[in-house]
Amino acid sequence: MKLREIRDSLQADVLWGEDLLENEVSYAFGADLMSDVLAFVKTGTILLTGLINSQVIRTAEMADVTAILFVRGKVPDGDIIDLARENSIAILTTKNTLFTTSGILYSCGLRGIEDDKI
Amino acid sequence: MGNIAYDFQIEKDDFERAGEASSKIKKILRQLGIDSGIIRRVAIAAYEVEINLVIHSLGGTISISIDPKSIMIIAKDIGPGIENVELAMKEGYSTASDKIREMGFGAGMGLPNMKKCADSFYIESIIGKGTIITMKMMLKDGE
Repeated sequence: MKLREIRDSLQADVLWGEDLLENEVSYAFGADLMSDVLAFVKTGTILLTGLINSQVIRTAEMADVTAILFVRGKVPDGDIIDLARENSIAILTTKNTLFTTSGILYSCGLRGIEDDKI
Repeated sequence: MGNIAYDFQIEKDDFERAGEASSKIKKILRQLGIDSGIIRRVAIAAYEVEINLVIHSLGGTISISIDPKSIMIIAKDIGPGIENVELAMKEGYSTASDKIREMGFGAGMGLPNMKKCADSFYIESIIGKGTIITMKMMLKDGE
């Protein structure tokens, strides 16, 4: 699924990465626990989270996460967006909750990570 | 490719900079043209150990050395040491504070995840002295 389709289906705002909207993701993973993101995420994933500290971007950087979608209307500080820019990770935000976001994306055909792959 | 080695100093409770060393390690490996799957495993293991040093240790160093056959990460801290290493290695076991959990860590996945990412994993801890974690990732075909 293209990031553009994800943005459109959630009416999300792109905080950084307008140029990356044609990029595809194969999976979504929703968590506020970065330890679990590091343990379970595959490449080609969009991370859905309500956590907005710099460790979210660091975690995404290490795990080769394609994009981060902040839920519940969360918007990180500018320096956190800068860190995402340095690492070419697209950043979006939606007013939907994690559950609603997941439901919308699932109904659009996006799937979760089912198996432990590391 | 000859042998390459770097050391990174990690400060206790420095959450602001936590992840910088792992980020640098990832960039170095990318410049060396190492396989992206291996880079990812090294980066995740390095980041987990870096976060552990910031959260749990009194400070320490992460050393990385790269030779044509393998990548070695050695994390060494100056204490306080892990009381029960066997317990610490169990998924879900953590001694992290609520503050750490609010930051998204302390789920008890760090050490097990490092072990999963590495081809070999060795941990030695002495109370009052410190902990040494040694991880090795093999490079395919002498990359």
